[in-house]
Amino acid sequence: MSLLDVRDLSVVFQRRGERPFTAVDKVSFSVEPGQTVGLVGESGCGKSVTSLAIMGLLPRRGNKVTGEVNFDGADLLKLRPDDMRDRRGRDIGMIFQDPLSSLNPVVPIGVQVAEVLERHRGMDRKVAMKEARELLDAVGIPDPMRRLKEYPHQISGGMRQRALIAIALACKPRLLIADEPTTALDVTIQAQILTLLKQLVDETGTALIMITHDLGVVAGLCDTVNVLYGGKVVERAERHELFARPRHPYTHGLLNSVPRLDSPRGERLHAIRGSVADNIPWVEGCAFAPRCDNVVDACLEGTPPLEPTATGGDLRCNNPVSEEVAVP
Amino acid sequence: MSDPITRPTVGTPRESVDSSAVEEKREGTLPRGIDRLGERKRARLEQLAQATADKGGVSLLRDAFRRLRRNPTAIVGASIVALFVLVAIFAPLLAPHDPAQRFDELTKNLTVDSIPGASSEFPFGSDPLGRDFLSRMIHGSRQTLFVGVLATLIGLALGVLIGAIAGAFGGWVDNILMRVTDVMLALPALLLAISLVAMASRSSQWTVILAVAIVNVPIFARLLRGSMLAQRESDHVLAARALGVKQGSIVLRHMLPNAMTAVIVQATLTLSTAILEAASLSFLGLGDPDINRAEWGLMLGVDGQRYFEVRPELAYYPAIAIIVVALGFTLLGEGMREAIDPKSRR
Repeated sequence: MSLLDVRDLSVVFQRRGERPFTAVDKVSFSVEPGQTVGLVGESGCGKSVTSLAIMGLLPRRGNKVTGEVNFDGADLLKLRPDDMRDRRGRDIGMIFQDPLSSLNPVVPIGVQVAEVLERHRGMDRKVAMKEARELLDAVGIPDPMRRLKEYPHQISGGMRQRALIAIALACKPRLLIADEPTTALDVTIQAQILTLLKQLVDETGTALIMITHDLGVVAGLCDTVNVLYGGKVVERAERHELFARPRHPYTHGLLNSVPRLDSPRGERLHAIRGSVADNIPWVEGCAFAPRCDNVVDACLEGTPPLEPTATGGDLRCNNPVSEEVAVP
Repeated sequence: MSDPITRPTVGTPRESVDSSAVEEKREGTLPRGIDRLGERKRARLEQLAQATADKGGVSLLRDAFRRLRRNPTAIVGASIVALFVLVAIFAPLLAPHDPAQRFDELTKNLTVDSIPGASSEFPFGSDPLGRDFLSRMIHGSRQTLFVGVLATLIGLALGVLIGAIAGAFGGWVDNILMRVTDVMLALPALLLAISLVAMASRSSQWTVILAVAIVNVPIFARLLRGSMLAQRESDHVLAARALGVKQGSIVLRHMLPNAMTAVIVQATLTLSTAILEAASLSFLGLGDPDINRAEWGLMLGVDGQRYFEVRPELAYYPAIAIIVVALGFTLLGEGMREAIDPKSRR
């Protein structure tokens, strides 16, 4: 049985006097225990909203969340707020994008780590601080005794992200959601953080949902990848399959736009035409059609269905990239 | 950000180590010298490690305090405030005479059109009742400080309570509380204070304090509510919610402390307006009716006004005292605002 099973999750932002906006449109995916699943897509495709909806962290007003989020036999969307609060941090941890603004600036690191231990594991402050020291040590923060007493602005960005990971993993959650955990960091630190995440996931058996726009992160970490476009999953495949034979023109375009060391000098980087703003509503056709090189008439006649592929993935496309013109 | 304080301490031991090592080589045998040199090197490494370790981190407050000390206007403000507080605390020791006692030397020269001026025993001269004016001025500082601080603290407490509730709950609670503060803000401060004092059956020191406090409540409430709402949307509050932290701890540990800085700065600035408002109420005759109590606003309002043509100093001294003290608090408050405000950080 899957650890997390998201079924037809939709999030509609509805403000009074404005047209409703569907940020996440019937997204389904599942995560097995210990598995790492990637949610990939460009800005505005609904990655972060999906994660916030799973965590029940969207504002109470102004949006409608429908579908099912089955975690460990319970539908998280139907839980009472108190029960959900008990699960957050204990069963599901979350790591955010910006490590500086995600830490409370006026509370020392140690207290912030201890807080979640006190909350979910009923430790008193003394025991929690001791445990916090070990956690900071485990995520590779040097001299943890000293860091416990320091404030977020006094430590480096990489260390802050490590501290956030320590906090998220403090209660040994079974699922960890990482929302672009490396975006605010420079490349060397990114690599360190990703290695750390990989190592912790392997050690603890925590399942990981990796939300990112960076295909490099996906390549190094994820078992399965869901590619999102305009709030819908357009392609789902096992990692090697996706990188070797991307079928959806969007995925293909994304992979082509990654700079490669072995490409000829002076060659222009491939880009996907247009921007996310040039899309059409899914009810009218394929949202990616205006930017697609493979567009056919069927693309403008209703939503293409998400159909299983021969290689065990799923694909939502009328005219997929043939396997022969795959990425070199 | 290199720390200018640790630099010199890092530099000096190196020189001393070098010079002593050279001396060692010159006089002693070579192997012993090298051995000692290694030892010293190790000692110095330890010393350096110590220096960086000791530096540790500075908390937000200490950081703000350091910036405050570099700001000359804040220093001036702080000096004025410190002097004022010291005078108020040690008033009975500093005042040469009892402020309520009428002196025969002064009363015998007292007529309708002449009030004794400065003499060696009474540097500020007499007040219209033959009391020592300097002693009354010094004792007046206590009253001013007491009223100002207490009024600000009460206003701060009530304002923080209202603002925190409004900012934490939002929705209709916020709406109701903010409409009430709107009503209070719509009235001019002094007019509101006068009406509040007038409502009391008998005016006393406490009616003044309460009136000034209540006038300042909506300012604090508004300010705190605004920054609480901003905090509610902040990433670290979202992160805390993602950890399942309870609502109460989120408000008290994650939102309130981050929202308080603006309010604390406002409190310093409010101290000066509270002093001015309390003085204004006394000036208008709405303060403490006890004529023996020395109070700057009252001295300025009653004696200063009535005898302005006979002895203008009776008005000048209290007026100058009020202005300088209010200025001191304002300068200090502005300095604090600059020091704490992260946007002005260089």
